[in-house]
Amino acid sequence: MPSELKRQNFDPRPLRPSSTFPDHVLAEIHRAADQGVYEIRGFGAKRSIPTFDDLLFLGASMSRYPLEGYRERCDTNVVIGDRFAKRPLDLKIPITIAGMSFGALGANAKESIGLAATQMGTSTTTGDGGMTDEERLSSKTLIYQVLPSRYGLNPDDVRRADALEVVVGQGAKPGGGGMLLGQKITERVAGMRDLPVGIDQRSACRHPDWTGPDDLEIKVQELREITDWKIPILIKIGATRVQFDVALAIKAGADAIVLDGMQGGTAATQDVFIEHVGIPTLPAVRQAVDALVELDMHRKVQLIVSGGIRSGADVAKALALGADAVSIGSAAMVALGCNRPVYLEDYEKLGTLPGCCHHCHTGRCPVGITTQDPELEARLRPEQGSRWLRNYLSTMVLELQTLARACGKSHVQNLEPEDMVALTVEAAAMAKVPLAGTSWIPGA
Amino acid sequence: MQFDLATQSLREINAALHHSDREEGEEFVIAHPKGTHSVAVGLSDAINVTIDGHVGYYCAGMNKNASIHIAGNAGPGLAENMMSGRVVVDGNASQYAGASGHGGLLVIKGNTSSRCGISMKGINIVVGGSIGHFGAFMAQSGRLVVCGDCGGNLGDSIYEAHIFVRGEIDSLGSDCIEKEMTPDHKRELQNLLQNAGIHYSAAEFRRYGSERTLYNFNIDNADAI
Repeated sequence: MPSELKRQNFDPRPLRPSSTFPDHVLAEIHRAADQGVYEIRGFGAKRSIPTFDDLLFLGASMSRYPLEGYRERCDTNVVIGDRFAKRPLDLKIPITIAGMSFGALGANAKESIGLAATQMGTSTTTGDGGMTDEERLSSKTLIYQVLPSRYGLNPDDVRRADALEVVVGQGAKPGGGGMLLGQKITERVAGMRDLPVGIDQRSACRHPDWTGPDDLEIKVQELREITDWKIPILIKIGATRVQFDVALAIKAGADAIVLDGMQGGTAATQDVFIEHVGIPTLPAVRQAVDALVELDMHRKVQLIVSGGIRSGADVAKALALGADAVSIGSAAMVALGCNRPVYLEDYEKLGTLPGCCHHCHTGRCPVGITTQDPELEARLRPEQGSRWLRNYLSTMVLELQTLARACGKSHVQNLEPEDMVALTVEAAAMAKVPLAGTSWIPGA
Repeated sequence: MQFDLATQSLREINAALHHSDREEGEEFVIAHPKGTHSVAVGLSDAINVTIDGHVGYYCAGMNKNASIHIAGNAGPGLAENMMSGRVVVDGNASQYAGASGHGGLLVIKGNTSSRCGISMKGINIVVGGSIGHFGAFMAQSGRLVVCGDCGGNLGDSIYEAHIFVRGEIDSLGSDCIEKEMTPDHKRELQNLLQNAGIHYSAAEFRRYGSERTLYNFNIDNADAI
């Protein structure tokens, strides 16, 4: 309560805000009453959920021998997709860039990402809307998504891709399709998607030519025949029924599985989807690894985890739980300047502040990332954007190696669950590691 | 050149069809397909392929430039995401025929099942018989011609594709309405029927397309009252 009111001896009870109706809930009801349509926004889940922050590494001690922090070798390379493909991806770091569409992102953002990924020896990924020449030219290793909408999908780009990723679901909206509102559908975007300019484009939530796991197995075979079995085929799932979905993806013939937890970002989706559908990345990783182990496919079908990965610590924890690599989307955009406190007047025009902005869907991105407006897009220069992202990736790798060396590992993939404990009962149960200071794993 | 799926592997045959030395108009015959999936997928040269029998899923998938004739029936996903060229099926085709096709001509002389032309993006599809439900679902551009009848929800959530139907329709999907058949449309349809080798008069068909009411979200702005 403001001190002025206290001084005036106001009775504080009538001024008590409701826990059931906090400010943001009241504001949303007022907005819904005005507009009569659900809120669509970008970014990812904002609610508090169990994360990798709830895990800690134990580090070396009397029974474990650490490696020297700056000098001893600690490798970071990973091979993705060697189950069936003749040309698997050989990445220098286990941090890849997640699929983000041209349309949702501007061309400068896509180019920045491609350049940085290439400099770091990792892969980047197309998105809904197809592959652009800028993206292909800037990315040494480019994964081409096969999405339900099939916007921009064509056999020439299939053949110039380094891998294919069949997108079944996305962490921000498992069971839902994509959205790209009319203000971002410029002539170039519309042309790539075969749609009229300016419409609110709604991507399909399911593929047009297969309807279940048995069909998907045949679809994967078709894609292999088209590409002459040369390149890996990944299957991306949103984290929901993870153990079943991972098992079915293996059966369908995936070379690798991309698992996207509910913290995964989006450029435009209903808020109710972002906040209320799917499960967090933390339990999802554990369930996926359990399924891979059960089918004797762990390390044979690689697991790439995404959704809320922000630091080398997050990467280390995902790898320790059994993932082969991670993928970043939102964090990569933040490195490019998303929510950076610059151009404050443009945040204000959107009714937001740096740190709270989720207005990717409007096309009015103050820092020039999620926009097709030439004036705004010019604020992100690819040479600067790529340097920011490269530095951020380098920092993550240094952090990852620091933690791996502290646990005595000469390769980051040697991190394991027994290197960790949990801070909360929930995280212990989800990750299946002991609660700190105990040997108790709830449910084990 | 003659291939035989009774004695050769699918991989061997598709690899041969993908070979970069193919000459325009070169002729290939594939015998004994026996419902094999993914036959003649990803072709990119202007060659002529005849498949002598029935095929399984995704025959002629992502076809570009090639002319493919299936002397039999086809399974689901026939000519999915086709870019150009010509695919002709003498018999019937299963679900999702021509799904997300960007161009070229797909002719199904018999009937086809549900979701024919789903998400089509410029392909022309001519069906000599009838189609199942949800034909041209989310169809973006191109033309779907049905000489027989259509199942329920035809053209649901359609964008700018044109649908021409000669027979009866169980129901139209959301945002799909009957539209005027102008002389230009009749000429466009007659040319398409002629190209497909199907001998009906365009005057016997009705045209359907998008009412365009789903193109943008409807925001009320009740605060402004």
